[in-house]
Amino acid sequence: MQATRSDGALYKKRRTANALGLTLSMAAMAVGLVVLLWILFVLLSKGLAAVDLNMFTRDTPAPGSEGGGLRNAIVGSLMMLGLTVLVSTPIGILAGIYLAEYGDESKTAELTRFVTDIMLSAPSIVLGLFVYAIVVAPMGHFSGFAGSLALSLIAIPVVVRTTENMLRLVPGSLREAAAALGAPRWKVSLMITLRAAKSGVITGLLLAIARVSGETAPLLFTALNNQFFSTNMSQPMANLPVVIFQFAMSPYDNWIRLAWGGALLITLTVLIINIVARVFFREKSAGH
Amino acid sequence: MSVGMTTIDKLPHSPDRPAGAVSPNMAAIARRQRWQDVLFHRGTQAFSLLVLAALIGILVSLFMSAWPTFKTFGLKFLWTVEWDVVNEQFGAAIAIVGTVLSAGIALLIAVPLAFGIALFLTENCPTWLRRPLGTAIELLAAVPSIIYGMFGLFVFAPIFADFIQTPLQQVLGGMPLVGWLFGGAVNGMGILAAGIVLAFMILPYIAAVMRDVFEIVPPILRESAYGLGCTTWEVVRKVVLPYTHKGVIGGVMLGLGRALGETMAVTFVIGNANRMPTSLFSPGTSIASVLANEFGEAADLHLTTLFALGFLLFAITFVVLALAKLMIIRAERAKGT
Repeated sequence: MQATRSDGALYKKRRTANALGLTLSMAAMAVGLVVLLWILFVLLSKGLAAVDLNMFTRDTPAPGSEGGGLRNAIVGSLMMLGLTVLVSTPIGILAGIYLAEYGDESKTAELTRFVTDIMLSAPSIVLGLFVYAIVVAPMGHFSGFAGSLALSLIAIPVVVRTTENMLRLVPGSLREAAAALGAPRWKVSLMITLRAAKSGVITGLLLAIARVSGETAPLLFTALNNQFFSTNMSQPMANLPVVIFQFAMSPYDNWIRLAWGGALLITLTVLIINIVARVFFREKSAGH
Repeated sequence: MSVGMTTIDKLPHSPDRPAGAVSPNMAAIARRQRWQDVLFHRGTQAFSLLVLAALIGILVSLFMSAWPTFKTFGLKFLWTVEWDVVNEQFGAAIAIVGTVLSAGIALLIAVPLAFGIALFLTENCPTWLRRPLGTAIELLAAVPSIIYGMFGLFVFAPIFADFIQTPLQQVLGGMPLVGWLFGGAVNGMGILAAGIVLAFMILPYIAAVMRDVFEIVPPILRESAYGLGCTTWEVVRKVVLPYTHKGVIGGVMLGLGRALGETMAVTFVIGNANRMPTSLFSPGTSIASVLANEFGEAADLHLTTLFALGFLLFAITFVVLALAKLMIIRAERAKGT
């Protein structure tokens, strides 16, 4: 009897600990979801109030003036993003090919892979400082090119690592089959493995775009801002993140309203790119 | 024909061929392809070395730009509290303390939550819900940091002031020993608020690593423990966690690295005051937020000091992230054995 009773107590204690642990883990999950939904709800409710046609057709307002939109910032952001993609795609993919195809043969490749992983999480503000030191300070003024360079420094590691991972998923037999037909290694890499991994590599590119499109800190020191509409990338350039930062911190109501509109625009873009990238990759890889 | 006498002609079958039309042609192709391959190998290598070059470039250029500050203040720059722009007296202590405190608070909050989420996703989440819930947590990581900042300033801070800071101060503020922690103005900003906002920023990164390492635990270990009659909680505490502790620590340090270098989310809510924080509610500043706030107006020694802070931040996060990566690599190696 004695034994059974203490067994029962122990059993009860273990059951309670289990129930407690699992409940808390469920609560943690709930907290994460609530925060995500809360942020989205706030963005939608405050942002939608600011979204109208003027936001896309007018430029950022001067201090104290009414109305205005975000046209110059949207165009500036798109131009800098475009250049970033043009720069980081070839560099990232070629570096990724090296790490995947030749990366097991040398210590340098191992070191590069390690450093790339660290650069993935390196503080973006420091990358902005770096570009300021090597581009903005010598040139004497801020510019859209410098902003694109800073964004590329953030995007390249993302492209490198996803390209490498996706190329490594391509079965070795495919490479061997191509090599047996007499194809040189560069043809095998570019025309067989890269093609087989295409959807994964595109996913990586999309994720890189999503990652840099909300980056603010590095642009503060590189592209800065421009109150006027400009497509000249060698001059300071308006861009959404910096405009949001400056407007959100300002005392003007219409500026804060525009900041929420811009915030909604950026977040929706980033989330949609993320979801598209996932769905795209899943469908393509399921099709194989 | 002697020009064509390369490896192709030495292949076993080539002597049977009439050594005229085909071989030199093939030899030329082979030579060209080998040359192209070398070019391709070295070319792609050069691109991958760009990443290394960027790292070295960052360290060197930041250090050079920061040199006047290091020369002027020496090592004591690290623990000097003063930050006087007018008299050009600078110390990094306030910014370092703010950075470490806010990141530390963020970890204290984010690690248990991330553990709970990873546990839920790997152990007791219905299979059909795993993918959507996992994606939802990853989307939390995709939200740009400036959005967290705005959310923190406009939505979180007022609620935090009314429903958390005020009660805490009323209940604990008068207590001996811990009362000072809850002193100061109640306006929703400060070190604690920054830490909480940061916690939700780094939560998805830590949770993702934890989930991934939990999933590499061999099923046979889990099933053996269940077979002995363990509860789910006991399996996680006594089998999964010990097996994956390196990866878990790696994930936590990855989160720490992120938290240390985060700029926008912190700048909006930390209060941006160049004073030593005296309580959890008092405004402070972090290295990244000093950079974001003061860079525009800085010149001369002030500017080089900001570069010095940037160099420090990069060095600290580099070390933390490198340790994190080593831990995760080791955890993944353990999977192989």
